[in-house]
Order: sequence, then C-alpha cells, then structure tokens
Amino acid sequence: MEATIEVAGLRKRFGGTTALDGMTFTVGAGQVTGFVGPNGAGKSTTMRVVLGLDAADSGHALVGGRRYRELSRPLTHVGSLLDAGALQPSRSARNHLLWLAHSQGLAARRVDEVIEITGLGSAAKRKAGGFSLGMRQRLGIAAALLGDPPVLMLDEPFNGMDPEGIIWMRTFLRQKAAEGRAVLVSSHLMSELQDTADHLVVVGRGKVIADASVAELIAAASGDRVTLRTTARQPAMTVLARAGAVVTVDGADTITIAGLPAATVIALLTDGGVPFTEVSAHRASLEEAYMELTREAAEFRAGER
Amino acid sequence: MRSLIHAEWTKFRTVRGWIVGMLLAIPLTVLIGLLGPATSNFSCAGPNGESCAGRNPPTGPGDIPVIDAFTFVHRTLTGDGSITARVAALPDNAEPWAKAGVILKQGTEPGSSYAAVLLTGHHGVRMQHNYTEDVAGPSSNQDSQWLRLSRKGDSLTGEVSLDGERWVTISTVQLGLGERVQAGMFVSSPQHVEINRSFGGVDATGGLTLATTTFDEVRTDGDWSADWQGADVGGSPDDATGFTESGGEFTITGTGDIVPITPSLGSLGKTVESTLIGVFAGLIAVLVVATMFVTSEFRRGLVRTSLAANPRRGQLLAAKAVVIGSVSFVVGVVAAAITIPVVENLEVAKGFFLFPTSTLTELRVIGGTGLLFAVSAVLAVAVGTLLRRGGGTVTVVIVGIVLPYLLAIASMLPPGPADWLTTVTPAAAFALQQTAVEYPQVASDYVTADGFFPLSPAGGFAVLCVYAAVAVGFAFAALRRRDA
Repeated sequence: MEATIEVAGLRKRFGGTTALDGMTFTVGAGQVTGFVGPNGAGKSTTMRVVLGLDAADSGHALVGGRRYRELSRPLTHVGSLLDAGALQPSRSARNHLLWLAHSQGLAARRVDEVIEITGLGSAAKRKAGGFSLGMRQRLGIAAALLGDPPVLMLDEPFNGMDPEGIIWMRTFLRQKAAEGRAVLVSSHLMSELQDTADHLVVVGRGKVIADASVAELIAAASGDRVTLRTTARQPAMTVLARAGAVVTVDGADTITIAGLPAATVIALLTDGGVPFTEVSAHRASLEEAYMELTREAAEFRAGER
Repeated sequence: MRSLIHAEWTKFRTVRGWIVGMLLAIPLTVLIGLLGPATSNFSCAGPNGESCAGRNPPTGPGDIPVIDAFTFVHRTLTGDGSITARVAALPDNAEPWAKAGVILKQGTEPGSSYAAVLLTGHHGVRMQHNYTEDVAGPSSNQDSQWLRLSRKGDSLTGEVSLDGERWVTISTVQLGLGERVQAGMFVSSPQHVEINRSFGGVDATGGLTLATTTFDEVRTDGDWSADWQGADVGGSPDDATGFTESGGEFTITGTGDIVPITPSLGSLGKTVESTLIGVFAGLIAVLVVATMFVTSEFRRGLVRTSLAANPRRGQLLAAKAVVIGSVSFVVGVVAAAITIPVVENLEVAKGFFLFPTSTLTELRVIGGTGLLFAVSAVLAVAVGTLLRRGGGTVTVVIVGIVLPYLLAIASMLPPGPADWLTTVTPAAAFALQQTAVEYPQVASDYVTADGFFPLSPAGGFAVLCVYAAVAVGFAFAALRRRDA
C-alpha cells in the first residue's frame, strides 16, 4: 500500500459549529508531518474522519488511496492513536494489545514485540487504569504499531510525557519516517514538533492556513533580514543605508538590516573599512513562524465577528 | 468475522469483574432456588401418625402423581366382557367435573390403570383412561344416558346411547389391564375450590363435595363374579359415601376425583421449574455483565479503538452478541443443570414430592434456561448500544425481562394482568422452563404463579427473540448512523 493520507475538501458541522471548513492536505511517505493548530482547529475531527469514525458532510479522506472503511485488517494499513485514555481500566495493558492483535488476526508474539519497542516492559502486566498519561501514550503507540502499518496517525502523542518520554517520542517518530512510513502527528504546541517534523500543516478554524516544509516556513517568517554586531554602529548604518538597506537599531552594538543578503552586507562593510564582530542571517524559530501564521488566523477571526 | 469474535472474546475474558459477575449467576440461581424448600417447614401427619394424603400421593402409569378416589361398586371380570348401565344425569348443582359412569380398572389400589365411560357435572359424556387421557362424546341434555364399556383383548371401547338401542362409539383405546379386572360403576366429586386473586394476594376457600346419582338397567356380559361390592377407592373422608341397591337400581354417593395432580396453590408437589425460581437472580447478574460489556466501551471511548480495528460496525455488534450470547448460554445451562438436582434433593428431604418429567423435557428446561440467558444478554447488548449508558440499560432490561416475571410469579397480580405480562413482555420466555402440564379435563387454576405460562415454551421464547431482533435492528442502524 502507498504510504499516504489524502484529505480533500472535508466539511463538517456539529450543530451550529463548523468543525471542518474545506480541510485539504496530503501526507507523504518518508517524513513526519506536523499537524498543528490551536485547540478546536479541527485536528482531531479530521483524524476521526480519516478513520471513518465520523462522517464528513462533504469531501473525502483516503489512506493509501482507499477509504478507511474499505480496508480489511485496517491496523495493518494505518496505526492510530486518538485518545490514550480510551482503555478499559481493569484490563492489563498486554491484554488490551492482545484483543487488538486478535482483531487483526495477529499472533500474541507481535504484542510482546510492540511492548518491547515502546518500553512498556513489565508494566504491561498491570491494569491500564493505573497508568500515568505518559504510560498510556506509550501503550497507545504500541497499539498503533501492532499491525506494522505504513501510515501512522497520532493525535497529541506528546501530551503528559516527561522530558525523557518526549525525547523518546521524537526519536521514534523520526525513525518511523526514515523507514519510509507516512507519519502524521498533531499538536497544539509547535515547540513539540521542532526538530521532529519535516513538513507542517498548520490549521485554524477547520481549514489549512499553511502547508509547507519546515525550512520554507522558517524562511518565510525570517524574511530577508541580517543581524550585525559591531562597535562602529554609526559608520555601519551609513554605509548600509547608502546601499539601500533598511536599518534598525536593536541595541548598543546590534543592528538589523533588511533588504540585503548577508554576503552583500559583509562586502560593503569590508570595502568601507567598518569593523564588525558578527554577521548572521536572522533565523526565526518555528514557534515564531507559527505565532505569525496563527496571529493572522486570530485577526481574521476577530475581524469576522 | 472470526478474528473479530476472537477479539471480543479476548476483551470479555480479560476483565475479571465480568468473569466473576457471569460466574456469580450460577450460585445465585442455586442458592435462591434452595431458599424456598430450606425455609419451609411443615409437619404433616394423620391421626395415627401416618403421613398425610398430600404428601405421598399415589402414582399412576408413568409415575405421575394422581388423585384416585371414588366410590366403586364392582365385581371381578375375567377375560373379555362388557358392562352397560343407564346413568341418571348428575344434578345441576354438581361440581362441573363430578363424574358418574362405568369403569374397568386393574384393581382397587389407587393409581392403578383404568378406562371409564362417564357422565360429568357440566362437561357432558366422556371416555377417559389412565388419568391423563380424555375423549369427549356427543353432548345431550337428557335426564339419563346409557353407557357401555366393553373389552376384547386389550381393546376397550366406550359407547353411549340415548335410548339403549342406538349406540355411538366415543372411543376405542388399547390398554392392557390383565386377565382379571375390577369392573362396575363409580361416582366421584372433586373438591370445590374458590381462589380469589387480587393485586397483592391470594385467598383460597374450598371443601369436600359429594355427588349422588342412580344407575339401573345394569347388564354385564362375560365372566363376572357373583356379587356387587362397594369400595371407597383411595379411602373416603366422609361417611355419607357408599351405595344402596333396590330392585336393580343402584344409588351411589361418591367424593374424590380420578385425575392427574397439577401443580397448584398449596400442593406439596414440586415441578422442575419451581426449583429454578432463582434463575431471575442469575439472569440479573448476566444482564449487568452483558450491559457493561458494551456500555463501558462507550463510556471510555474505547468504541473508537474497536471501530478503528474493524470499521464494519454491524460486524462489531454481531461479534459482541455472539460472544456474550454464547457465554450467557453456557452459564444458563450450567446454572440450571446444577440447580435442578440440588434443589430437588432438598425438596424431597423436606417432604415434598416431585412431578416427574421426561429426560427430554428436562433437557429442554436446561437448554431453555441457556437460551433465556443468551437472548436476554443479546437484548442487553442491543439496548446498551442504543442508550450507551450502563445504568439506564440495566434498568431497561431488568424492568423489561425480570420484573414482569417476578410480578406474575409472586402472586402479586390477578391472573389477567399476570398472563398479559407474561405474553407481551420479554418475560414470556420464562415459559421455556414450564414442565407443568395443563389438562383440559382437569379443573385447576393454571395460573402463572403455579408455573402455567400463557404461551408455549417455543411461543414465549419467540416473544423474547422478537424483542431482541428489533432491538438489534435499531442498535445496528444507530451504530451505523452515529459518529463514533
């Protein structure tokens, strides 16, 4: 099966609330796609529609080119984690995985394998009701891995994880993408996806705001700006302004130049004999990029009211 | 589908509370069954220390307990022969099932085989044999009718005539009574019983009755012994019984009846279904577990995991029904199979007598208890899928299945409402347990409280199945339509 998720024109209303408003994006193989947006943006609803749990009013969602409901042994096509708390509290973690394995015709051996992979270890024999949220997330990941699926779809898997767990989760996600799988991970916090996601689908109010690689998004948010550190602030500003740059003062020995690439700035300063200690292309954080995008969404929302 | 059933079975067996709850149904059924006989103490003895009549009733062919008491004017008949007599109609105020007629009987011991042609108080002329068999003859309003009973080999033929010349055959039956039989005339009149059932209670009054009628133009053919003798078969409780003869006219006064005993109020006889009175408690345990098996998934959101693992929603419902239905069936069968012998032992030890049942009937009752549990559990699964709430579902299924049964069985309701409840509600399926036999020729109460359900076992079960099927249909539609 092709390792893709394709979501096209999904619309859904719950009563008077629009949950999905033309949600469209594609998740490709071999990369981690972050699915980001504020709470209520439609991330979970989209995932439920992909899994055939909720019916969209219009549009379609395909996994590997097929509707989820048409898949036989679906867990061997898509591994998903929607709600780590969806457990029968008095059933042990291992038995939870066991019934899932049986539902796909998988042997108990596979259960022990995913317990090993997710580091549940001896805790697997305990009742799932006593698990911390972090442990439940690991159990949910174990369940998603049972069928060794080419597509993984995880809703807020970082929730409730301790720092060690977060590092483990990042490594795990990168590894699954490196194996050629399509990995869709939702989060309402962009910082969780920093250094993890290759591609981002940013959503707000039930539709996609941005759909781009992480590099593109950061470049867009960073703009064409260069930060210069120098003891000779005034001569530097004069030289650069003459070359057509917009120069702003950030501190006693720091200025930001917009409109000139870093290489040109260095050439101008060297030619003009202006001393400097550091020239760096400004790099926005993913968080900043995200804030910028969602601020627009928020303003749009305010304007609509 | 097979892997799905496997998955649901794994789900069921990995929650200890559900296993315990299901297994609990077995001791609950046994213990509540034992409660009845264990708490009943009666002393029952005649004036000379002999056990009283109700305690060890005579048994007829097939070991069925019978009442066999009547005034018998008889001679010994050897080989083939016949007896003919003109019998005066019983008075209008006679008991409807008072009997007067001619009879051939193995002996005068209560419970022995017989065949008889007889007039009744209100039910016309009939030919009856061996307590349970009954054929009605032509009806007539005449003051008297000729009755004839003849045997040729093992063939016994009953005939009736209005004028002593033109005869109508009522029936011919095959019955081996032996070479020498006691034959002659008899009169019996059953106890008059009035039972008032109202909301909340039963009130019974009754007493001995006598019937008197005359026989003349008595003619015997064949090898008959010399003199007519009188006998109070079964022992008469009243001095007024007996006969007089003058000029070939016999006046006979009798009391008693010749009938199978049916389970009824105050009877010391116990039926198989009376040992299973605790089934309702076991059923409650089964219903609670069946409900939790479904509603806990909705409560925790686990149903989304289940549906992601199998998006064919109807199959999920079917797999749940198969698993919980099978488990419940086994629990019902085991509970009944243990309860029946255990409770019967105690009943016998306490001095009750048992109505015999064939092995086949007993198997139907045991299997029927399994089916009752299984289909009720499926109904709970369907209702649970519709309501998605444990408390509400348990309430609905208990009020629907168990409560009507309890109201009907506990003599809390008059027969009308009790019959209605056990006809139109899923509780009708408790008829699967009925072994008590209703005889049209035996006057008795035949109420649900005594184990007589208005519907047949199959009919009652069908009512429950219809409820379950409709609920499953709605559950299927709802599950398909709803967002999970």
